[in-house]
Amino acid sequence: MAHIKTLQELFRRYRRPGDIVFAFLFLVFSVFLLTQIPVETAWTKRTQWFAQPRLWPTIGIAGMVFFASLHFIGSLCSKRIPGRWKEVAFWLKSLEYIAYFLIYVVLVPLIGYLPATLAFTIFLTFRVGEATPLNLAAAAVFSVAVVLIFRAFLQVKIPAGHIYEALPDGIRAFALTYL
Amino acid sequence: MDLILSSLSMLAHWDVLAALLIGSIGGVIIGAIPGVGAPVAIAILLPATFAFEPIVGLTLLLGVYGSSMYGGAIPAVLINTPGTAVNALTTYDGYPMTKKGQGHRALSLAYSASFFGGLFSILCLIVLSPVLAMIAPHFGSREIFLAALMGIILVVVAHRGQVFAAGMLASFGIFISTIGLEPAKYTRRFTFDQSWLTSGVDLIVVVLGLFAISQALLLLVDKEHHPGSANVGGSLFTGLREVFAFKRIATVSSSFGVLMGMIPGVGEFTAQFLSYTYAQKSSKTPELFGKGSPEGLVASEAANNAVPAAAMIPLLALGIPGEALTAMMLSVFYVHNVVPGPQLFQGQLDFVVALYLALILLNLIVMVFLLSSTGLLLKIIQIPTRFLGVTILTLSFVGVFSLRNSVTDCALAAGFGIFGLVLKRLNLPIVPIILGMVLGGIMEVKLRSAMARVQTPLDFIDRPIAAILFALILMILALHVRAVVREQKARRKREREDTNSDLSTQQG
Repeated sequence: MAHIKTLQELFRRYRRPGDIVFAFLFLVFSVFLLTQIPVETAWTKRTQWFAQPRLWPTIGIAGMVFFASLHFIGSLCSKRIPGRWKEVAFWLKSLEYIAYFLIYVVLVPLIGYLPATLAFTIFLTFRVGEATPLNLAAAAVFSVAVVLIFRAFLQVKIPAGHIYEALPDGIRAFALTYL
Repeated sequence: MDLILSSLSMLAHWDVLAALLIGSIGGVIIGAIPGVGAPVAIAILLPATFAFEPIVGLTLLLGVYGSSMYGGAIPAVLINTPGTAVNALTTYDGYPMTKKGQGHRALSLAYSASFFGGLFSILCLIVLSPVLAMIAPHFGSREIFLAALMGIILVVVAHRGQVFAAGMLASFGIFISTIGLEPAKYTRRFTFDQSWLTSGVDLIVVVLGLFAISQALLLLVDKEHHPGSANVGGSLFTGLREVFAFKRIATVSSSFGVLMGMIPGVGEFTAQFLSYTYAQKSSKTPELFGKGSPEGLVASEAANNAVPAAAMIPLLALGIPGEALTAMMLSVFYVHNVVPGPQLFQGQLDFVVALYLALILLNLIVMVFLLSSTGLLLKIIQIPTRFLGVTILTLSFVGVFSLRNSVTDCALAAGFGIFGLVLKRLNLPIVPIILGMVLGGIMEVKLRSAMARVQTPLDFIDRPIAAILFALILMILALHVRAVVREQKARRKREREDTNSDLSTQQG
């Protein structure tokens, strides 16, 4: 009994709300990967152990399983702070912004970098409740600046919008190159 | 002399100087805004720098890296909010000084101590260069493998109280580095028959997700934080003189910064902790620490600013990054086929010296900018945090999408963004994932080439440097176990004393 108590003390740590949910999910993920090693990696013939394709995934996953188990045990042994599901809800709330981000990613090649960025920043400024005239103007200026710096000046590889093809001859080439 | 002239000619191009100027001033501004920080900025800028010459790209990133901590001291001193995580210790003494009406003195001291730390570490780097140039060629595959292994072990054990989490996340990083088509036998690893996984998971996608997108999500989902307003009056030049009154503390703290910066996986926090503890123990007024001690402020700022230059040592000499930011810089080297490591010191020493000179220039630029523009920076830090989240998310897109115009990369980065958000909320470390990814890849390649000449396990450590590295690894592990046992004993003793005092109170 004394040994168990000593072990409990050894694993005890500060635990934030939601810690055990993460520890559990990470352990499950690690064990899942462990079961997939024979299927997802190869053990090739006439190859030394240190050159086997399976070696390093196995080292990584074994480390994940080992440390994730200890982390989970630590979570079980540590004092719980209430608010677990509230914290999980906080994590899930971020999915909304991820959805906006991915819509933006899809829109850029269709409607062009500048229009998509303007729409994205102005929409998000409204969404986060910061839509004062100053912030909306700042969002517009920021979008134009980002497009000019990265696409026009630094020539970063971002495709031109399909919509630009419909523009009049005079500005089409300009839009395709710089916006 | 020829070497210095050759290095100066590398720097004397408009694009290099522009990168230095933009990086230095941009870094100060980014560091001054709570919630952004150098990792976010470097992650966003990284893909853009691939189009530049290596010296231009690295100067820009070095500028941001080396100057962000200067800027981070401003909100730490004036509004009790560290601009970057490493400025947290600066709030202990900086803010109490502001409350006593000595805000300008605290800021001036912080700038001067940072300047001292920055120049001290570059000086050490220059003095150490011939030694490095001499030792680096003796690093073969097995030595680099052992150094990378030591880096992984250090990054895990350096996270006191979070060793299990750091271990599992470093292992996760190693696992991620193995996904995709394996380069020696061309077999697929953990692709789950998905073609988009065949080329593996790009380091930049992971870095942008874990650092930039996660930070954007955190700012967007969390409650709005309005940074307090602040003013600073009086001369900011006084600290330049005053820091020499604390030259012992500034020198020792900078030395800790250099030492900790050189050791992979340790970094600013340990350097600051050791410097602050030393400053307090050796001070004539230890009771002032945490209540507005100028010595505490000098110790914190000199130590953290000495780290960036020192962190370049393992990167340049061995090709081993010691922390996340140098890991990101490593990808700039690789993109341009410049392989950092022993060959760099033998064949391109002028490139290395040019980087040192760029570091000196960056410290001078930052100092001039800070002494003249602190008032302007105080206005910039008033940006609403949620609006800041919008800007970071928008900029993250450029970073990920410009890599290969892949929607899948963006989705993957978004996934790592959520993962990073969870880690940040749980106060779990992110850096082990990045170091696991980079060092895991290095270890796989180096073990394969090293073992070709190894017949028995002892052959692996039959060269002096390999034997020293192996002994160091054993020593680190032994010291860690000893520290855990001591902590455990101290905790039990404390708990026993608490129980006894509770009993005596009840009896009393």
